[in-house]
Formats: sequence, C-alpha cells, structure tokens
Amino acid sequence: MRQRRVIAAAGAVVLVLGLAACGGSDDSSSTSTGKLEGVGPIKFASGKDTSRNRQKQVAAWNQAHPDQQVTLVELPEKADEQRQRMVQNAQTKSAEFGVINLDVVWTAEFAANKWVEQLPEGDFGLDSFLPATVETAKYFDKLYAVPLNSDGGLLYYRKDLLDKVGAKPPTTWAEMKTVCDQVLKLPEAKGSACYAGQFDKYEGLTVNFSEGVNSAGGEVVNDQGKVDVNTDAAKKGLGFMVDGFKSGLIPKKALTFKEEEGRRAFQAGELIFHRQWPYQYSLANATDGTSKVAGKFAVAPLPGLDGAGVSTLGGHNLAVSSFTKNKKTAVDFIKFITSEEQQRLDLEATSQAPTVASLYDDAALIKKFPYLPTLKASIETAKKRPAAVKYQEVSTAIQEAAYGAISGTSTPDDALKNLQSELENLTKK
Amino acid sequence: MSTVAAPAPPVRKKTPRLRSRTEGVGRLAALLLSPTFLVLGLVVGYPILSAIRLSFYGQPGVDPETGFVQEGQPFVGLDNYTAMFTGGEGSRFLNALGNTTFFTIVTVLLETVIGVAMALVMHKAFFGRSLIRASILVPWAIPTAISGLLWNFAFQADGVVNAFFVPGDPILWTTDAWQAKVAVIVADVWKTAPFIGLLVLAGLQVIPAEVYEAAKVDGASPWKTFWRITLPLVKPALVVAVLFRVLDVLRMFDLPYTLIGAGKQSVETVSMFSFEQAIKFNNYGLASAYALALFVYTAVVAYVFVKVLGADVIGARAGRK
Repeated sequence: MRQRRVIAAAGAVVLVLGLAACGGSDDSSSTSTGKLEGVGPIKFASGKDTSRNRQKQVAAWNQAHPDQQVTLVELPEKADEQRQRMVQNAQTKSAEFGVINLDVVWTAEFAANKWVEQLPEGDFGLDSFLPATVETAKYFDKLYAVPLNSDGGLLYYRKDLLDKVGAKPPTTWAEMKTVCDQVLKLPEAKGSACYAGQFDKYEGLTVNFSEGVNSAGGEVVNDQGKVDVNTDAAKKGLGFMVDGFKSGLIPKKALTFKEEEGRRAFQAGELIFHRQWPYQYSLANATDGTSKVAGKFAVAPLPGLDGAGVSTLGGHNLAVSSFTKNKKTAVDFIKFITSEEQQRLDLEATSQAPTVASLYDDAALIKKFPYLPTLKASIETAKKRPAAVKYQEVSTAIQEAAYGAISGTSTPDDALKNLQSELENLTKK
Repeated sequence: MSTVAAPAPPVRKKTPRLRSRTEGVGRLAALLLSPTFLVLGLVVGYPILSAIRLSFYGQPGVDPETGFVQEGQPFVGLDNYTAMFTGGEGSRFLNALGNTTFFTIVTVLLETVIGVAMALVMHKAFFGRSLIRASILVPWAIPTAISGLLWNFAFQADGVVNAFFVPGDPILWTTDAWQAKVAVIVADVWKTAPFIGLLVLAGLQVIPAEVYEAAKVDGASPWKTFWRITLPLVKPALVVAVLFRVLDVLRMFDLPYTLIGAGKQSVETVSMFSFEQAIKFNNYGLASAYALALFVYTAVVAYVFVKVLGADVIGARAGRK
C-alpha cells in the first residue's frame, strides 16, 4: 500500500520534471558548413501572417517555381514562442524548416550554434540595403542572414497641441519637458501626461533602456564587444527615465505599458509624446472611432540628451537552416522575397519597414506612408542590441536592472553597477 | 468522495497448501501488472533519471576566436546544486521557492474556507439548486491560461478592478511588487475554490440524514452540528481535495505567467524559473536541478500529508477495515 501511495505522489509531480527532461539535448552541432546546394520543396517558418501578404508572396514564388514549392509555416504571434519553435527544431536537427524568419537579436545565437548556414555576401544585392540592417545579420563579421524588415523607434507627438503653443517637435529631453509644461496648461490637454514608451518588464524595456543610454552618448556593449554600461552617459540615459517617473513626466501606469497598452493610451489622447514603432501610424490615424487622435499627430526623430536621440534597431532577417536538404532553393527564395519589388509590395500591404534604402525615397510611397523619411533617419543612425550568444540572458539582466531603477526599488547607480558585472559574466564565457 | 472498496483479502488459517496457492496468485498478479509497471517506468522513471543525469551538466562555452558554441555539454558535478543557494541565481531560486510556498499556504487556506462554504450552499435543497451548482463550477472549467488572460484585463491600470474597487489613484496590479501577489491569489482562489467545493459536496452527500436528525433531537445548534458532525464526516474527502490542491499549487506556472508575466520576481514560482532556464536560456542542467528540488519538496509535502493528516488518496483505508 505504501509503495502505491508513493507512486501516486510521484505521478502527481512528474509533470514538473517532464518540463526539464523534454529539453534533453546533446548540443553536438553538425559540422556541415557545406555548400548551398539542393533544389526542391522547402518550408518557410515565419511569425503569424496577420496581413495574409506573406502567403501571397509565397504563392507568387510557387507559380514561377513549380518544382520548388515553398510552404509557409505560421508560427505563433509572440516572438518568444516563435523562437522556442525554431530552437527546438534546430536542437533536434529537424529538416522541417528550410528558411527561418529570425528576429534581429537571435542572429548571434543561431549562428554561434551553427543552426543556420553562412551566406555568401555578394549574392543578395546588399549594397542597396540600409547598412545598419545588414549589420544585424552578421556574426563575427560573417553573414548568416538577409534583412527582410527593419524597424526603428519614432517620437509620435500631438501636432494639434504643439501648434497651439507654437512649439516645434523637441530634439532633446529638456526641450520635450519645456514643451510639455506649456502644452499641459492647455484646457484640451487636461488629464494627459507628457511621455511614455515601453516600460513593462519585457524585451521592450531592453529596447527603451538601450535607446536612453545610446541617446545620452553611452553604450551597453562597445565596438570591441566589451561591456561598458557603468558610465556617466549611461547614468544620464537611465536617469531620464527614472526622473521622468519621479517627476510625473512619465505617468506611473506606463510601468505596465507594452506596445499595445501604450498605443491605447496615445489613441485615447492621454499622451503628448509617445515613443513607438511605425506600426502605430496607420492605427492611430484610423477614422472608424477607435482613435481620438486621428489626423492630430505627427512623427519626429527620437530626442536625446544633447541632440537627436538614437533608436534601437528592430526587424527580421531570413536565414537558411543548416538541416534542410534544399539549400539552393532556400537561398533563391530569400533572394526573391528580399528583392526590391517584393519589399515594395510588402510595404504597401503590411506597412512593415523595408530594408531596401531606395523605397524610403519613393515619392508614391511617401505619399502613402508620410513617416518614411523620419523612419529612414531613425534606422540609419540606429544601434543594434548586443549580438550575444546568450542574448536572452543579457536582455533579462538589462530588464532586471532597468525595471528596478524605474520602479524605484534600486538606485540608477546600483542598477548600472550590478548590470555591468552581470553582463561581464554573461559575455566572458 | 465515494471510494470503490477493494475486496478484502480472505483471512484464513494459514495452511501450506493455501500459501502456495496465494504465491501463484501473486506471480500472476505481477505478470498482469507488468505492462503497467513498464508504462510507469517509461513515463515516470525515465524522465526522473534523465533529469537527474542532466542536472550534472552545464552549458557549453563559446570559442572566443570563432564565436562558435563548443561541442558537447560539460560535466559540472554538483555546481548546479550549489548554484541554488549562492550568487544571483541562488537568491532568485530561494525567492521563487518562497513565493511557491507562500502561494501554496495562502491560496489553499482561502480556497478551503470558500470551497467548504460553497459546498454547504450547493448541498442545501432549494429552488434552482442545479443552476447554482453549475454556475459555481464555471470558473473551474475555464482553462487556467485563459482565466489568466481574463484577469490580466481586469487587473490592468484602467481595468474593471481599479474602476470598481479602488478609489483614487489606480493600483498597478501587474507591476513587479506585492500587489501582483494579491492579483495571483485572487485569480487562483476564484478559479479553484469550486474544485474543493465539488469534492466536499460529494463528501457531504454520503452523510446519512439520520445523523442530523439525531443531532436535532438532542438539541444541537447548527454551529455545533457543523463542527461535530459535518466536518468530521466530510474530512476524508476534504483532506484529499486539499492535498490535490497543494500538489497543484506547488507546481503553479500558467496563472502568474499569463496574468503578471515572465521574469517578475514578486510572483515567480519554481516552475516558472525552471522554465525560463530551460526554454529561454537553453540551460537544461540548471533547470533540471531546480525541477528536481521542486520534486523532492513536493514529495516531502505529499508524504507529510499522507502520514500526518492521513489523506486517503487511493482508498486504502476503505479496503482495510
């Protein structure tokens, strides 16, 4: 009887163990730095195809290449879950995915583990791409992916209210505060707050923290790959956010803001300035009643400490899985879908920021997407996040430090000191 | 809770002939049960052994020249276990263990009180009783991940909880602080008190009416009736229900994960921390060590429950009497 009880108790908790046990992997990466050969059907793993345009692009390719059919595999909408699927596939050396759509910050991890093939730099017309985007596809100076989309932060501002007080969009944090002081006295701005970004404890905070540090002239990881975050510049960058929360420049509830919470607040007219990605532009301009600020806002480059700020680079890159048989097809498909023509169609259909530079100067496109020139400027000067193999741990450490400082549980000085030593630990091994 | 009593083994005078017969039966029983043991070995034994093996391995390093991850996982001995109590990882693990214990004690206490009250209400015969019973069970029928998201909406800065219950400045429930704990407790109690209610209701229904009639004749107050008759008679069912809840909360993962978010230490449980190490950081060795620690912890709690409170999980007592 006792034995059976023990078994029953063991059964009750086995779920917990299954969690860790299912990850059992021997990380003996394959040494196939082989040639990019093999023609035939492949699968293209990409995030949720919300606009249905990805499917159209795949159909266009399939029509021209009946013997090299590409099947779109839609992964979950959340980035973390996409990464999990792709990592698990790579760890089991599954040949299922041919082309994978990587967030720019995953490039280092996938390249270092040899989960994706090194690509020949000359083959993809990268000269016509924005150089900053190509940098995100490289690891140890070698190309492992081709940029498909880019993304940069913009400062959304209430043009109607700024015009009323005769103010121009600010280029520094101090100017932004001055403008806010004037605007918030207006009766129309009653109940509004000055500024918000993405400050919940998640990847968005890493982005906003890096922007703060870079915009104050600091760096998280410098050009030589050394961690250099315990500096005066970094303190000023983090200090902007910390003081913002303290003084009420940033509303308290922005501590819960991810992209969507912030967008709802901006669309409800609760914010004068909002740091956000380009996707908000068309949604906040919707005239179906969901946005109170339609036609009342414009975008500007992010402000900084002494001048224009520096955005953190977002976006997605396409890579060839090391475990697929048909690598030539995979490469050709990447060339096709990152071509200028396909990027133009994709921009028109999804308003995702392209990586081909000329599209940002196209008059017809600028008419449709007035933010393109500002976005181009933002991406051109943007900095990428640290290209660390253990990026997830690096980002978690950054979030921990930044969140502690802005929520007031630690001082900026302590937070940066701890962050410096933690990041040194994570990047030294 | 109704238990199917196993037929009591025949107690006879022990004669040599009979003993050999029972031995034959024992062998046959072992043979018939062997497929079950095989399956148990595969789904229980193998993962445990595999986790124990993994817990002695660390993460592969990165070659500083090429930037490639080195091959194979290095053997690190007991490093993963000492990391539980030292350094940054150690303090996060102990914090997670503390949270897990705190949630277990608080939620199970609240759920027991509310669950028993629900069962007493559901047990009374009155008009619309089946409707009440069904509606009390609705929260329990909703998948935890979904109810986590629902409560996340309710607990947002401009959500209904702040609108109706918090005068003045809104409380930021989903930020990483004490209020996140409250949010998780509320959502968990809401969801699983009906579970205890259901099991206790089953226990209540097997209490014969004569006992209550006798108490009435003796002039016992309703309060006394509850403490002296209802509670002792419903205790076997209640203890099993509480044990199940305790085991459940000890591995709580989905509710804090969807309601508050990953990586927030005020609500981080051991399961969440282990998940982060394994799935996000690819550090399976450390994750296995954490999972094993939780396994031992849970096993000890379950053992104490069975020994001290006499939880009758598999109907052993019914068979013995």
